[in-house]
Amino acid sequence: MNDEFTGPAIEWARLWPLFAVFGTALVGVAVEAFAPRSARCLIQSSVAGVGLAVALVGTVLVALELPERAGGAARGDVTAGGAVVVDGPTVFLWGLLVVVTVGGLLLFAERRVDAGLPVFAGQASLPPGSTAGPGGPGEPSYEDWEHTEVYPLLVFALGGMMLFCASGDLLTMFVALEILSLPLYLLCGLARRRRLLSQEAAMKYFLLGAFSSGFFVYGMALVYGYAGTLNLAGVAVAVRAGGGQEVLLLVGAAMVMVALLFKVGAVPFHSWTPDVYQGAPTAVTAYMAAATKIAAFGAILRFLYVGLGDARWDWAPLLWVVAILTMLGGVVLAVGQTEIKRLLAYSSIAHTGFLLTGVLGLQASGDLAEGQISSLQAVLFYLATYGVATVGIFAVTTLVRDPGGEAGSVARWTGLGRTSPLVAGAFAVFLLSLAGIPLTAGFVGKWSVFASAAGAGAWPVVAVAITSSIIAVYFYVRHIVTMFFADPPEDAPVVVVPSPLTSVTIAVALIVTVALGVVPGPLLDLAGHAGQFVR
Amino acid sequence: MELYTPVLALLALAAGFAIFSVAVSTLTGPKRYNRARLDSYECGIEPTPQPFGGGRIPVKYYTVAMTFIIFDVEIMFLVPWAVYFDQLSWFGLIAVVLFLFNITLAYAYEWRRGGLDWD
Repeated sequence: MNDEFTGPAIEWARLWPLFAVFGTALVGVAVEAFAPRSARCLIQSSVAGVGLAVALVGTVLVALELPERAGGAARGDVTAGGAVVVDGPTVFLWGLLVVVTVGGLLLFAERRVDAGLPVFAGQASLPPGSTAGPGGPGEPSYEDWEHTEVYPLLVFALGGMMLFCASGDLLTMFVALEILSLPLYLLCGLARRRRLLSQEAAMKYFLLGAFSSGFFVYGMALVYGYAGTLNLAGVAVAVRAGGGQEVLLLVGAAMVMVALLFKVGAVPFHSWTPDVYQGAPTAVTAYMAAATKIAAFGAILRFLYVGLGDARWDWAPLLWVVAILTMLGGVVLAVGQTEIKRLLAYSSIAHTGFLLTGVLGLQASGDLAEGQISSLQAVLFYLATYGVATVGIFAVTTLVRDPGGEAGSVARWTGLGRTSPLVAGAFAVFLLSLAGIPLTAGFVGKWSVFASAAGAGAWPVVAVAITSSIIAVYFYVRHIVTMFFADPPEDAPVVVVPSPLTSVTIAVALIVTVALGVVPGPLLDLAGHAGQFVR
Repeated sequence: MELYTPVLALLALAAGFAIFSVAVSTLTGPKRYNRARLDSYECGIEPTPQPFGGGRIPVKYYTVAMTFIIFDVEIMFLVPWAVYFDQLSWFGLIAVVLFLFNITLAYAYEWRRGGLDWD
């Protein structure tokens, strides 16, 4: 320590939405410690709501005053000593994450769907003893009525996700990965009904997630061994210079990608997805399915485009294989599913594959044809359409209930379109969007990622993607047919009328899904306006 | 390669010693098997209730573990700061105060939620 210490410059003006989110979570912890038990739920949900509103406004304000870089091709700043990059894609993803989290918060606070009970168990450690109870496996546990820590946990997860897609070096990325993962592991184990399934989900997610984090750290160390820095821009400089122990770079990058692909649930790292999506409380599944994918694709894009953009001929073939496996694996396995949440889980695996197809569309900005959308723009847009439809569709699944909880089995939904056309109609629209039928947001999303991948010459992958889409249409439409063109069974499940919290979430998701399908222009422009990553 | 010779020698020595000890004690030691000897060793006390047959293990120790983690992390960052606090100047001071605030909040949470009460 011989020379003068100078602290890193921190651009508070760009980072304050991030601090607002983390601050909200800390306030939540303080409330949990000091507020009386009876008032906690109301205070916690209000604190989280205010925090998210501030974060959303902050994200917009930050987005408006991002400085232009590289002659207008990018906008943004590298701050906090290179650890955090606030650029166009970052603020786009931030906005998307906050919006999805608002949806998650509304579903978390819902208590009318389950006869006044909150969806969360009193404690994560509550025994699954209810399997022997009078009401069978679905009997809710009434002990310790409230578990209000879920709100700070939700906000902490959001903070981690916002940092994850903004991280400029691998170390920050790893810390953010842990901040977003740990609350999610815990939230998965908190379902009030079907405790055993929920705890199993949490345990599986935790063990496999910890394992994949290990891959990340090891890979990070190997990348450091090659580049001598953990900074993504620094790695890019080292890759461009070439030479050195290239095997270190390739093995290291592959290991980092293992962890990132695990988070998005790409084949062959997908095995946790159906179990966790099924076991977690549906409100958590809705949030996690949408937000984790948004954040992790932000990180994948930044790692591959900024750090390894010049080595893309090395990673692209591998990613081709992963994308093809993911799409085919997701749709083929989804065909045989009989549980709604497992079906949606496999469909989300297929969507990971479509998103990876978009990631493969990377081209140097000079190679882009006039008017062609960049792969970054396509993936950002796809994430928006997928996130909104996912929150909406899982919100709808909370409404159709048997005495033992949600009617999970696909067969139980038979004839729902006759008894509750509104709920079944909303579900059908989300399914059509996920299938990518024209006039829904999903179609524009799919079209844009396929177009960008095809433009970059990934024709075989696009061909597989189109084939998978057709297989996917089969099981989505099959479900719509059973809902609308069959008679409901005698003991049909009850469709509950939710509080405005869930209704608003579903309605907004529905409107956005249809609106983006009819007039996708504004959001596509916004994603394009985000520009390139700042290095 | 010469650099590794002592390491390899030490490795061989350690492995030899371990094998030698186990082998010799097996050959020469007395063999008296009873219930206590075959039980799992736990600080000399009665082993905790076994999870066989659906018994549940008390997990109270986790609060101790949480307290340990809180103070462990705290000291890990405080010591390097304390050593160089004059050079880290105001930036370091503010960072450490913020850090202390956050970690104290975690501690307060544990205290208020009964983490310090044993029963």
